[in-house]
Amino acid sequence: MTDTTLTPPSGKTSAPTPNKITSILELDPLTKKRNAAEARFKLYGIIAIGIGLFFLVALLWAILSNGLGAFSQTFVKVDVPLNQQQIDDAEKSVVKTSKYRAIIDDAFAKELAGANITTEMSAKDLQKLFSSGAAATVRDYALANPDKVGTTVTFELIASSRVDGYLKGRVKREDLAEDKNLDAAHLDLVDQMKSAGLLEKRFNWSFITGTDASDSRPEQAGIGASMIGSLFMMLVVLFLSLPIGVAASIYLEEFAPQNKFTDLIEVNISNLAAVPSIVFGILGLAVFIQFMHLPQSAPLVGGLVLTLMTLPTIIISTRASLKAVPPSIRDAALGIGASKMQSIFHHVLPLAMPGILTGTIIGLAQALGETAPLLLIGMVGFIASNFPDGVAAGFFSPNSAMPAQIYEWAKRADPAFYERAWGGIIVLLVFLMTMNIIAIILRRRFERRW
Amino acid sequence: MSLPYILIALLVLAVAGYIVGRGKALSSAGGDSRELHSLPGYYGWNVVVSILVPALLLLIAWLIIQPIVLDSQVSSKISEETIAASSLDLIMSDVVRVAEGLDLAVSQGVMSADMASSIRTELTDVRSRLGEIGVALGSEVTAETLRAAQTYRSISGTGLLLRSIAVLAAGLIGFAVGVMRTNKDFRARNVVETVVRYILIAAASIAILTTVGIVLSLIFNTVEFFRLYPAADFFFGLTWAPSFGGGSELGIVPLIWATMYISLIALAVAVPIGLFAAIYLSEYATSHVRAVAKPLLEILAGIPTIVYGLFALLTVGPLLMNVFGSGGALGVSWMSGASSVFTAGAVMGIMLIPFVSSLSDDIINAVPQAMRDGSLGLGATHSETVKQVILPAALPGIVGAILLAASRAIGETMIVVLGAGAAARLSMNPLEAMTTVTAKIVSQLTGDADFASPEALVAFALGMTLFVVTLGLNIVALYIVRKYREQYD
Amino acid sequence: MNEMPNFEQAKTMTESKISANKVQVYYGDTHAIKDVDIEIQPRSVTAFIGPSGCGKSTFLRTLNRMNDTIDICRVEGSIKIDGENIYDPKVDPVQLRAKVGMVFQKPNPFPKSIYDNIAYGPRIHGLSRSKAELDEIVASSLQKAGLWEEVKNRLDEPGTGMSGGQQQRLCIARAIAVSPEVILMDEPCSALDPIATAKVEELIDELRENFTIVIVTHSMQQAARVSQRTAFFHLGVLVEEGLTEDIFTNPKDKRTQDYITGRFG
Repeated sequence: MTDTTLTPPSGKTSAPTPNKITSILELDPLTKKRNAAEARFKLYGIIAIGIGLFFLVALLWAILSNGLGAFSQTFVKVDVPLNQQQIDDAEKSVVKTSKYRAIIDDAFAKELAGANITTEMSAKDLQKLFSSGAAATVRDYALANPDKVGTTVTFELIASSRVDGYLKGRVKREDLAEDKNLDAAHLDLVDQMKSAGLLEKRFNWSFITGTDASDSRPEQAGIGASMIGSLFMMLVVLFLSLPIGVAASIYLEEFAPQNKFTDLIEVNISNLAAVPSIVFGILGLAVFIQFMHLPQSAPLVGGLVLTLMTLPTIIISTRASLKAVPPSIRDAALGIGASKMQSIFHHVLPLAMPGILTGTIIGLAQALGETAPLLLIGMVGFIASNFPDGVAAGFFSPNSAMPAQIYEWAKRADPAFYERAWGGIIVLLVFLMTMNIIAIILRRRFERRW
Repeated sequence: MSLPYILIALLVLAVAGYIVGRGKALSSAGGDSRELHSLPGYYGWNVVVSILVPALLLLIAWLIIQPIVLDSQVSSKISEETIAASSLDLIMSDVVRVAEGLDLAVSQGVMSADMASSIRTELTDVRSRLGEIGVALGSEVTAETLRAAQTYRSISGTGLLLRSIAVLAAGLIGFAVGVMRTNKDFRARNVVETVVRYILIAAASIAILTTVGIVLSLIFNTVEFFRLYPAADFFFGLTWAPSFGGGSELGIVPLIWATMYISLIALAVAVPIGLFAAIYLSEYATSHVRAVAKPLLEILAGIPTIVYGLFALLTVGPLLMNVFGSGGALGVSWMSGASSVFTAGAVMGIMLIPFVSSLSDDIINAVPQAMRDGSLGLGATHSETVKQVILPAALPGIVGAILLAASRAIGETMIVVLGAGAAARLSMNPLEAMTTVTAKIVSQLTGDADFASPEALVAFALGMTLFVVTLGLNIVALYIVRKYREQYD
Repeated sequence: MNEMPNFEQAKTMTESKISANKVQVYYGDTHAIKDVDIEIQPRSVTAFIGPSGCGKSTFLRTLNRMNDTIDICRVEGSIKIDGENIYDPKVDPVQLRAKVGMVFQKPNPFPKSIYDNIAYGPRIHGLSRSKAELDEIVASSLQKAGLWEEVKNRLDEPGTGMSGGQQQRLCIARAIAVSPEVILMDEPCSALDPIATAKVEELIDELRENFTIVIVTHSMQQAARVSQRTAFFHLGVLVEEGLTEDIFTNPKDKRTQDYITGRFG
């Protein structure tokens, strides 16, 4: 392309004489071609943005259309007579819930008869309409309310996930061929029960407040316990990463001399910010669990790992907000005899605080959605089935976290859990959105332009 | 005295120290705070510092050293034959569990303290006794384990007692020294500020400690792995077939292949879209469009990766199945399951779009306006300016951004765990399920893995590989980006 | 490609090259240029002088529609080049700018080789049919810009590696390479040292043989040295325009006199 041995133009410096239209009111063909290229190029940009936005919409649509179902739940209304004799019998037997199930079966048969619905299915088959946790519901109620024993109580028992899915349109009749838990006769019955008003679909609080449930009871699984796990983790992250991050930033921004040690820290921070999160999980496993023998699956350990992971983010944003405070403020404080430490803690830090908090909230939001490192320290699996009893247990006893719980559900075989997983994502995104909105408001409200 | 109580005691001591220190300083100045070198509060803090710094340092040292001493003491009780039959790690974890079980039993009153330290396996079924209070033990407790556990309890009990005494003594000495040094000419502020400064340095050093921690935990376990499994087989083996029964083949090549394949697809999606979006936003879009489109695109970056994983597994995968799977729209059956390299790659590409676009946006904006003016002033169209002046000028920065995106793609876990599949395979077909380095780290380290087995330790070697590759990419990328920024500063 | 119509050329010789009539420029709500009428003579140097912020650069940029790149900028009135209104909707600014080139305040060579810097314009405008022709254009442009001897042996080195003065002359050569009829220069010497400035001024003087040059300058001495006509702008208004000699020795307006004698500026 380049030619260093160009010969100088011979003789007089003749201006190149392009034979083109000189009137600017007419477009020459080349310009037309160039303008077409321009328009095409611009179109590519619009298409790129369009594709990006399309993906966003597709993602949100997938989340909402699949996940909103988790927030409603089908219940079956059954009048169950609670009878002291039966309860005593049941409590004496080995498998207590099966006796309660029998009580429900009787009550349900009466209920169906009362609604003039006839069915040829056996009681065992009819049980498939209920969640396997229904018996426990009755038992817990009976034991908790001895004064109600002897009366007939109207229970709203959780329907099985298939019935629920059928009413939500997730389970279709044509799918039943491969399903051994339910057949067409069940669905006919469900249709009849629905028109008789025995079924009710309403808001599913227990999804938000409940705990994880076993593989066979997707209809009872809730995200509450893992929400608490996430909460305790975020407390750890907040109370460690904010002070440490601020302290580190103050040192690097205000005190650090220009030397090898400072360079080393800087390089480390920028590299840690880009280390894959799963590597932090390996670190947590090796250092906190293998070496320090901290309890596995504990929110404390999860919090520690996420703290190390978010620190670089927080340090980077904190340094930016410290840098944004003009030097004149420092000079003013130093000028009236404050020590450097005083000028920073009394003047610079308060002014940088909104920026620091914004950065911290965004860092926390990032930590809240992180899954991979939690899997390695064991915050996954069937462990979010109980709420921690107390604050210490909240930090130390095994729990899961929201994203890990979602992952757990996504791995299970029953598609009914997928609905829970999407629903869990909605809950998670609501939290993330709230945190980001708070961060935006903080920034708008307190942002200072110097 | 357990840890929380020691901390509370130190806190009480510190509060007392603050009050006493401040009071003494004021009284030495005759109640006139102007006579003091520093503000009265600094004298209080000075005492607090001289209590807490030695006491806490001692406590931390103790927390690190005691388990090591304990381990060596207890493990010396275990005979060579037992270790040979199993592994020291496993036996030690049994010992610790039994010891903790005994602690729990004593605290619940199921056993008396004497009983816990004197029971014999010959006389008592320790396993069932502990089982009653909810301590589940995997195997029968041998006499040796129980004796080791009892030794463990007695040493750690003594250790705890000594620890409490030593730490509190350190605190009290600090208290005395701090108060003694307090008088009106004492430069309390300087002392406190020096200590604060060291705290700041310590906080900044955590970044280094983290890196050291990562490197050490990877290296130790990787070395351990290579002791059990030949390194050459790991790096050049073409088969990945772990079996916890032994005889695993742990070749990394198929995992690296799938990782690269997925990352390539992801970049093929993200780079053109992200780059064109960035060009449009920074060069063409009006400020209104920019104000709307940019944050919307960045939402994609704020969505957790688990969401993308689910999107891949449950939405994109089935969609691709409907097109390429058997009985699909194209009538071909190239795809046998929802998870595939393409599923994971495409979704990861979506995730990386805002990453590429916002980095490129910054970089394009860093090209000086004078460059655009120069080109436009010569009569170039906007697209000619972008293609022939801005992009070449921004190229190093954009390459850096793409490398950073590649490092993201290689290290991404949740999308591949859910979207790519579980079986390692060396195949060219992007519609086939394969598995990656990160996905295998997760699967080898979760579940009931025995940490001493090569099947679990291989995860650390995988982690090491991942760490080295991403670190290399990051360093090169950051270097390029920084050089590029300097060019226009 | 059509032959150049003869009457067009004739008009160029006799009439003014650029004639602006009641030009108004707004930046959002700010009225930056008010009612400017000016005739710019062909093959001569016209200098725009005035205190900073007076609108002289803004007006210069309206002459090749560089203001189009600023969203909030709006131009009213008419500016005709060779009798054709450049703000006519039919006009493509790209084609206009090929005819009206521009050199900027800070030298802004592209991060490409010296050769590619010069060849950039001819390439995008399709001015050469062969490599040989392009070589010819590059060489003659560099020669006209008086840079040939200095760079002929290092044409493939980056343009950013040259000295500031050389960079600015490179930018001038780059503008010439498109063979424009008008060259606009926006304070071309403000970033240069006196020796480099002298060289650029010399170059401007030579260029007026073939081009119509409009130069914005901060320095009255420079205006006096290089220009034949001078226009004085103040607060967005064209205060006075005339032969450079007359403006400097015998200004008609009080404001011009105050500015020239250093009362403000």
